[in-house]
Amino acid sequence: MLDQIRDLYQEVVFDHNRNPRNFRVMEDANRKIEGFNPLCGDKITLYVKVNAGVIEDVSFQGSGCAISTASASLMTEIVKGHTEDEAQHLFDLFHRITTGKNDDAVNLEEIGKLAVLSGVRAYPARVKCATLAWHSLQAALKNEADTVSTE
Amino acid sequence: MNKVSASQAVMTQNPAHSAPSAASLKTRPNSVGYNVAKLREDFPILRQTVNGKPLVYLDNAATTQKPTAVIDCIRRVYENDYSNVHRGVHTLSQRSTDLFEGAREKLQQFLNAKHSHEIVFVRGTTEAINLVAQSFGRSTLKEGDEILITAMEHHSNIVPWQMLCEQTGAKLKVAPIGRTGELLLDEFEQLLSPRTRLVSVCHMSNALGTINPVKAIIELAHSRDIPVLLDGAQAAPHMAVDVQDLDCDFYALSGHKLYGPTGIGILYGKEKWLEAMPPYQGGGDMIRRVTFDKTEYNTLPFKFEAGTPNIVDAIALGTAVEYLETIGMDAIAEYENQLLQYATERALEIPQLTIVGTAERKGAILSFTLERIHPHDIGTILDHLGIAIRAGHHCAMPVMDFFGVPATARASFGLYNTFEEIDILVDGIRKVIEVFG
Repeated sequence: MLDQIRDLYQEVVFDHNRNPRNFRVMEDANRKIEGFNPLCGDKITLYVKVNAGVIEDVSFQGSGCAISTASASLMTEIVKGHTEDEAQHLFDLFHRITTGKNDDAVNLEEIGKLAVLSGVRAYPARVKCATLAWHSLQAALKNEADTVSTE
Repeated sequence: MNKVSASQAVMTQNPAHSAPSAASLKTRPNSVGYNVAKLREDFPILRQTVNGKPLVYLDNAATTQKPTAVIDCIRRVYENDYSNVHRGVHTLSQRSTDLFEGAREKLQQFLNAKHSHEIVFVRGTTEAINLVAQSFGRSTLKEGDEILITAMEHHSNIVPWQMLCEQTGAKLKVAPIGRTGELLLDEFEQLLSPRTRLVSVCHMSNALGTINPVKAIIELAHSRDIPVLLDGAQAAPHMAVDVQDLDCDFYALSGHKLYGPTGIGILYGKEKWLEAMPPYQGGGDMIRRVTFDKTEYNTLPFKFEAGTPNIVDAIALGTAVEYLETIGMDAIAEYENQLLQYATERALEIPQLTIVGTAERKGAILSFTLERIHPHDIGTILDHLGIAIRAGHHCAMPVMDFFGVPATARASFGLYNTFEEIDILVDGIRKVIEVFG
């Protein structure tokens, strides 16, 4: 039984949940956004420093479940140094692997460690946990209102 | 109509328990006199496995499962008696009307209301509270007036009042709670001002389990001529409620938390208030005479029941309360109290666990957090073990803020839960901790 649950909670997820990367306030961020999942109360504050279309730095603060914390942590690692367009592309791929839709063509090498969250597709109620950080990033890059909600 | 029976459950022998652990042997209370195994047979949904494990349903504060009596009632009415109510002269319409009004009388008896026309059928507690806010509130409140609630309310007993305050310029006051999740009654009293027009409090908290001292609250408010609404969504399934003894002015409840169907609930209101209040919605059934110049409204309770009501679910709610009465609300309350005590003791064996809501008077709700493990993760892993609990803010975000947690895990018990299920829950929580290392 608990083997199945390991598909969702892989070791990398536990690692990033216990020791989230880029978990800090960024004083010189030029984008800041509050992400909120009203269903479960998960909240993150995402800080982004964008320069000439490139994400130079990204960090987050907040509280959430293991899935949302690990996803936010993994996201900050992978998007750093990428352009806004590349980040959007990664979100698109990530969305496909977490929802299981149109994911045949996803190149697992391209998404790297993000693949550990693909187990979430078996848990529709938890997809929002995994995508909260990404929705927040998308809103931050679009310079949308201060709060993004997964609802 | 067949009479409902709760499987002649009461006063028969307690079924043999499966081998309990040593810990539970020493603490498991004696539950002789309440035949839960027999009662469980009344609930077909409980006979299933989830993720390969027998279902352990501990999300009763969100909604309760339905006994065969209720399910059969819905089918029977649609197959035999169904038509619109209060309209036709034909036989089916008369039968439906009789069943519908019969259900109102069953609800009247269940709450011991003085008159059956004090029972208004609504969609649920939320609509009941909105009805009072928009009808009583809007016709009564002026700028600067106040409504007093508590810090442990469900969103449905917060937002309708905020909307009313925006419409009228009235102010919403919130009586604080203490660390155990109990209302601070002295502070509540101090907040009763000459401008307070209504007190609206939960009888029992959905997030914490706290049972409020509603009699004291009502006495304090009435001594200042302030009416009181009780949100009974959580309390009504767990204890006998006597609205005349409580002397509350309004009582709201949801059918689906009371082992009845979804989409039906009731608002009890004292006749004097309901008479004085304007209609909530306009339409058919709530009128006596309509011309384009003027409409004369119908009498109680129809004034508040515009449009075709939820006929069959109302009838089935009547069946649900009849079912509960064959078991006895006092017997249910006593049994669930034993479940809660046992669950509390067993939960406290787990050092990483903190119970949120430790009021002295509590209903059968165990809200808790685990060190460094988010309730959502607890919920997912327990589901793998066949255990259904709620993880989240329980539509009570201010309560979560007060306790400084984003969410809690909540196990809530009903009349069909067992001590064995609590053992399974506790073992499950230990597994969660094990998985998270």
